[in-house]
Amino acid sequence: MEQKKYWKGLEELHNTNSHKAAVENEFSGDLPFEESEGLLSAMTPRRDFLKYLGFTTAAATIAASCEIPVNKAIPYVNKPEEITPGVPNYYASTFAIDGEYVPIVVKTREGRPIKIEGNTLSKITEGATTARVQGAVLGLYDVARLRFPTIGGVEASWTDLDKQVGAALAGGPVVLLSNTISSPTTKKLIGEFLAKYPGSRHVSYDAVSYSGLLDASLVAYGKRVIPSYHFENAKVIVSLGADFIGTWLNPAEYGRQYAKTRKINPERPEMSKHYQFESMMSLTGANADERFTHKPSETNAVVLALYSAVGGSVSAPAITDTRLANGIKEAAKALLAAGGKALVVSGSNDVNVQTIVAAINDKIGANGSTIDWNITSNYREGNDAEMAALVSDMAAGNVGTLLVYNANPAYDYYNAAAFTDALKKVKTTVSFNDRRDETTILCKYAAPDHHFLESWSDTEGKTGHYSFTQPTISPLFKTRAFQDALLTWSGSTTIWSDYLKQEWLTRLGGQEAWDKTLQDGIIEPAATPLGGATFAGNVADAAGKLTAAKKGGQYELVLYEKVAIGNGRFANNPWLQEMPDPITRATWDNYACVSNTLAKKFSTELGDDYEVHSEKKVLKITANGKSVELPLVIVPGIHPDVIAIAVGYGRGKQEDVGKAAGERGANAYPFVTFNGKSFDYFATEATVENTGREFPIGMTQTHNSYEGRPIIKETTLEEFIKNPKEVNEDREEFAHYGASFRDDATIYPKGEFTYPGIKWGMSIDLNTCFGCGACTIACQSENNVSVVGKDQVVLGHEMHWIRIDRYFSGDENNPEVVFQPMLCQHCDNAPCENVCPVAATNHSSEGINQMAYNRCIGTRYCANNCPYKVRRFNWRDWNGADSFADNLYDVADMNDNITRMVLNPDVVMRSHGVMEKCSFCVQRLQDAKLSAKKAGRPLLDGEAKTACQTACSSDAIVFGNVNDQQSEIFKLRNVEQKERLYYVLEEVHTLPSINYLAKIRNKVAEPKATHEA
Amino acid sequence: MYRRVSNHLRKQFVSVLILCAGLLFSFSNVNAADAGKGKAIFQANCATCHNVHKKVTGPALAGVEDRWTNKKLLHQWVHNSASVLASGDAYANNLFKDFNGQQMPAFPSISDEDIDNILAYIKDEQSKPVGGAAAATGQPATGGEEEGSGNSLLFGIITLVLAVVALILLQINSNLNKLAADKEGVAVPEPVPFYKNKAYIAIVIFLLFILGGYYTINGAIGLGRQKDYQPVQPIFYSHKVHAGINQINCLYCHAGAEKSKHAMIPSENICMNCHKAINEYHGPELTTVEGKKINGTAEIQKLYDHVGWDKDKGKYTKPGTPIEWVRIHKLPDHVYFNHSQHVVAGKQQCQTCHGNIQEMDEVKQFAELSMGWCINCHRTTKVQFTENKYYSIFTKLHDDVKNGKIDSVTVEQVGGTECQKCHY
Repeated sequence: MEQKKYWKGLEELHNTNSHKAAVENEFSGDLPFEESEGLLSAMTPRRDFLKYLGFTTAAATIAASCEIPVNKAIPYVNKPEEITPGVPNYYASTFAIDGEYVPIVVKTREGRPIKIEGNTLSKITEGATTARVQGAVLGLYDVARLRFPTIGGVEASWTDLDKQVGAALAGGPVVLLSNTISSPTTKKLIGEFLAKYPGSRHVSYDAVSYSGLLDASLVAYGKRVIPSYHFENAKVIVSLGADFIGTWLNPAEYGRQYAKTRKINPERPEMSKHYQFESMMSLTGANADERFTHKPSETNAVVLALYSAVGGSVSAPAITDTRLANGIKEAAKALLAAGGKALVVSGSNDVNVQTIVAAINDKIGANGSTIDWNITSNYREGNDAEMAALVSDMAAGNVGTLLVYNANPAYDYYNAAAFTDALKKVKTTVSFNDRRDETTILCKYAAPDHHFLESWSDTEGKTGHYSFTQPTISPLFKTRAFQDALLTWSGSTTIWSDYLKQEWLTRLGGQEAWDKTLQDGIIEPAATPLGGATFAGNVADAAGKLTAAKKGGQYELVLYEKVAIGNGRFANNPWLQEMPDPITRATWDNYACVSNTLAKKFSTELGDDYEVHSEKKVLKITANGKSVELPLVIVPGIHPDVIAIAVGYGRGKQEDVGKAAGERGANAYPFVTFNGKSFDYFATEATVENTGREFPIGMTQTHNSYEGRPIIKETTLEEFIKNPKEVNEDREEFAHYGASFRDDATIYPKGEFTYPGIKWGMSIDLNTCFGCGACTIACQSENNVSVVGKDQVVLGHEMHWIRIDRYFSGDENNPEVVFQPMLCQHCDNAPCENVCPVAATNHSSEGINQMAYNRCIGTRYCANNCPYKVRRFNWRDWNGADSFADNLYDVADMNDNITRMVLNPDVVMRSHGVMEKCSFCVQRLQDAKLSAKKAGRPLLDGEAKTACQTACSSDAIVFGNVNDQQSEIFKLRNVEQKERLYYVLEEVHTLPSINYLAKIRNKVAEPKATHEA
Repeated sequence: MYRRVSNHLRKQFVSVLILCAGLLFSFSNVNAADAGKGKAIFQANCATCHNVHKKVTGPALAGVEDRWTNKKLLHQWVHNSASVLASGDAYANNLFKDFNGQQMPAFPSISDEDIDNILAYIKDEQSKPVGGAAAATGQPATGGEEEGSGNSLLFGIITLVLAVVALILLQINSNLNKLAADKEGVAVPEPVPFYKNKAYIAIVIFLLFILGGYYTINGAIGLGRQKDYQPVQPIFYSHKVHAGINQINCLYCHAGAEKSKHAMIPSENICMNCHKAINEYHGPELTTVEGKKINGTAEIQKLYDHVGWDKDKGKYTKPGTPIEWVRIHKLPDHVYFNHSQHVVAGKQQCQTCHGNIQEMDEVKQFAELSMGWCINCHRTTKVQFTENKYYSIFTKLHDDVKNGKIDSVTVEQVGGTECQKCHY
């Protein structure tokens, strides 16, 4: 197989001089040494050096001779029966924020939630999580949360607030404005509450809306619901701008389903074919087999063309781009050929587009095959038109009391100014939001709700599929459940937890069933066959409106959600802020994504060197009469006339919304428009100006370079079927070393690397790794990985133990993408171990490359010698592990006493000046071994799981004991996946413990790419 | 030295354990009721709720035999009180009513014989004045420490004497040389006094450097270590009284040692399981290491003050406050230590690391808790290699054991001295 050229960015593709320089200089920070002619004229001459040396020695002596501090050991007065200090408890709960539905299990230690895992009992998600789910536990300890109720911004007691609000409620119609609520009992309670106040109503508003999809269902199928999509049944998937792996509806569920169609082995060499039509480069697009770009204004034409191509009777507008036109034809052909096992989804929020998509799905027989109309999803219910009506109602003074629950329209409404003005006309305003966000600041009363990890609730993700939420910690602050407020204000003396329990006792029939339910966390009915439906939409009308839509300008603008930050609700989560975006690899900011061609139009200085440097040109982008200034980031693969901007940034002041979220990036919501029925998240006409300013962006793209060494293997499905062994043809070269590359390619004695008991090993499937980043955040949560902040990311000091490298290949305007999770390979012949002068890093008899932090003296030789670039150096004291408080470098409140409660007590904090890296979650391995030892039985396969493995929604990571012939990893390596298996940089004889499975693309092989230079 | 002490301790602890085991299993060859055995069984099973003289959770047991119409019924009552209640026995039902319908748990595992032993103990006890106490059992101290230090002292003295002799001989030698030279009329320069002699000075400096270095390094290694640390605790809690004299199993209070990385200092509700009943101290006199006398009853009162228990009313009257014990054993943050690993999987006795805890009135840190100390133990201690099926995966080592190449497997041989077994 010929080796393709893979590149992280254009600078690497063209191998520019600054790229070469950056690669040479691995630790981009300058060392605090200087070279000068005379020692005495140096900044720190010899005498100063001796003075410092003397002083520090004396200081250390004095410090060390102090008495050992007296520590206290304080036991419980009355120990709760279920808590054993040192032993975690797990509680089932639900991540049901903004309509996402992920049943979870929360790990608590000594009463503190410290880690979130997926609930494997759920048949919907099967234990899948996303980066946001993993990061949600940090949100509990967010220091920017409101800690008490306020009236007019001043702390008040709940009794006073209840008295005042209670009196005010009678003064006119009450409107509850919330995001999607998928809790049936909460909805029942809301109904009872609003019934007390005539003329009241509940308006559902989602910042990133799916109103168009819901309205299209209403017209076409008679119910305003989202059907259940079953990607796992699809052989052909066509996504029209829906980022269903990253952000669309419920990515944990869809990612998992999608992965099932991408698992492949020689026994069963088949996989789904995925076409993506989009304007920007989304995570889903990056994973597609065939990807085509179009301008947002062309969406209508693309949808209509596809409908027409699958046999719909509409006259589609002509598409000038031949590649796109052919792509649509090809996709249509594949859809029709799939015999119902096909699915089309669209990310559009336009009811007409969604109507045509529904018509396409009907035509290709998806209903009942990949789309279930019996069991529908409650993931979103926001109604844009109702929201717009509410704002005009408020402006007209027709609203007496506005209750805002988990909605922040003052920030994310398309016309925030109108909302803010209208809010002034409302007599009584109450916010239940968790912080002093843009809307809460404007409300008279703030009645902060609990965090979901402190709450009771139920969630009906899909019809009949329930997942429950139970408190995992006592409320940290003086907050109160939103539902308790409603109960109090409606004069009830029942508390919410009893209300909920009573409701379910009645439904379940007893305490025992309720206890079991809380233990499992879910109730799911037995699987039923998928339900079809008859399409009754008005295609002609929708098509007419789509054809009449106005044409775009020179440049067009699309808005998107970042995989980590989403609609902005998670903006104050430092883990998520620092997670590199899967595509751009940028952290901590939003920016204007443009293609290379377009970038050169804006600024001729923008050469290929541009990506090496953190300083980015700032553009002023104007559309719909609004403008923002954002730095320009080049993203290969984005449509050449399109600018993409992420929402969720440009939040309020740091002291209000939090240090990580506040004053970061620019707000892109003002670019949203309202088309009379729903919000449009694009602008068909944008103008761009170069401001001449520069702004730094912390991008990890250029960090950790492989200097062009081949580390990815891939092939196409066709070639794989023809010759499965082709992937590893290059391994035949190893034959000249002897029968065993492992033993014979070394001058050391044979059998040096023996593992008498356990030998840990990991396999990562590049075909099912979608690059979503859940593993990165899971690892951060499990291993107390530090947050370093943007300035340090710029310097290349990010600490993630597992990063997901994104490589492009092929045409720079429409590249192929491959994601490769990279973490310590735990080499059996590790280059890092040999160079450590103090043996701080060495090898265990279980194959783990151990890192003893307290032994490390920080020479960084190991990082230098690591070919995989996975070692992380503590350039600063990120977490207060040093004895000297002044050394602390903390940019995001990560060291507040409250935030530190999230730390895993089984993993030590690393101090300034030491090296760290992936430990294979050794604390989990030790724990699993200990359970087996205590029970006097061998360790079972699957008992020890790493954090990245459990977080992965697609099960791309398999981990286990390679010595155990019954283990999954053994079978995978020796039987199932022999052909696709390879080791990265195997030829240097590092003997990694991690193998990768080659990526397979379901596409026609392109002419062979250029050879490696 | 270390091994010897720990072996000794182990033997001793085994005997304690055997005694504890005796609480549950009676020896069948004992015919006559044995008050001594009865006491042990009583303390293990009954003392939580019963006292001989006082009404506690259950009735005072003095004269219990006389109160029951027949002994068989009493046996049955202990085995399964519910069945007696069901049979309609008047005394039993009245008793049940008196104690607000609180039923005595069933003890089917205590044999009739053992019940008789308990009754014998009760009889013994009721004849004694209130608060009779058993004498503490002392353990002979080992003499190893003194032996070792005696030797080094001897060597030191010999070295010093020899050094002085050598110095004198050298001086005599040089004087004789001078005399001989004078006699022969050879002019000899005036000898340099030894404090100006460069060779002497060099040797002295060298010796000082070696000695100073030795002590500095040793001192530096010792920083942060606190062997023999014995702080004053907020309550004079005596392990000797509890674990030694009264033979309460360590794990009764330190329940975490079997389940968790932490052995756990017991919460106050554990103390109150017994101290609801035991509100006075009648054991041997307690003194601090400084020799100050301690009033045991007053110390129990301190516990009551913390938990808010009013011993006269027999109920909790105030909310409890935790006792702030001074922590003695503390490993650095970068060390992962798991009690359950050592107690359950490793089958180690508490005394191996904590010393003769059952003889300490005030606890002191017995072991150094240094890494060298841990590693030494891991190098020599054998794992339950054949007994524990976890180790069945170590096939090569099993073959070696079978072939007689090795007779046992140490912790080190299964990877127990690798960095990331304790540091992560």
